[in-house]
Amino acid sequence: MPWQIDMIVLFFVILCAVAAITVKDLLSTAILFGAYSFMMCLLWAVMGAVDVAFTEASVGAGVSTVFFVAAVFRTSRRTKD
Amino acid sequence: MGMTDIIPLIVAKYNYWLFVVLMMIGLYAMIAKNNLIKKLVGMNIFQTAIILFYVSIGYKSGATLPIIQNVHEGHGHAAIHAADYINPLPHVLMLTAIVVSVATFGVAMALAVKIYQRYHTLEEDELRMRLSEK
Repeated sequence: MPWQIDMIVLFFVILCAVAAITVKDLLSTAILFGAYSFMMCLLWAVMGAVDVAFTEASVGAGVSTVFFVAAVFRTSRRTKD
Repeated sequence: MGMTDIIPLIVAKYNYWLFVVLMMIGLYAMIAKNNLIKKLVGMNIFQTAIILFYVSIGYKSGATLPIIQNVHEGHGHAAIHAADYINPLPHVLMLTAIVVSVATFGVAMALAVKIYQRYHTLEEDELRMRLSEK
């Protein structure tokens, strides 16, 4: 595992996770959560778990984001925290 | 154990430290956030942290993907060294975990939509207030 790539990806994973639970708009949370899932998928591809990586890319970053955006449009974007 | 022994240990196992940090971010969001959707995001971060832990267990430095090499070059019956390949067993377990996590997420989102249709809010304190009014 090339540690430079690993460090960059780990940094973005933490950044996206913290940003996703901090922003005040649920649609922004949806997009940041998709970015988080994609960064996780990159991390697993670097670690040699390619089957986990492409399942995460399709299911985690794809289907989850679609569920999330559909739920936000049926409820509200507003959040207090 | 002196300070000089601890620092290489922390640096060498940095994936496990990231796993702990991500798990704590998810736990914090599940406990402290007021919005139900934010709590679900925390739950999903928690789940991916555990998947990261399992994939890190299976990783070996210097090993390659678990696909047998040189089978078609005539010496396919040579001994297979397990140390040359990344352990695929945690990967297979975690494929199941990813599918379970997206199913959980979908059901939880559907419940959140139903809660919103009935109470017109997703905030936990407002929901408690509405429920105590009755």
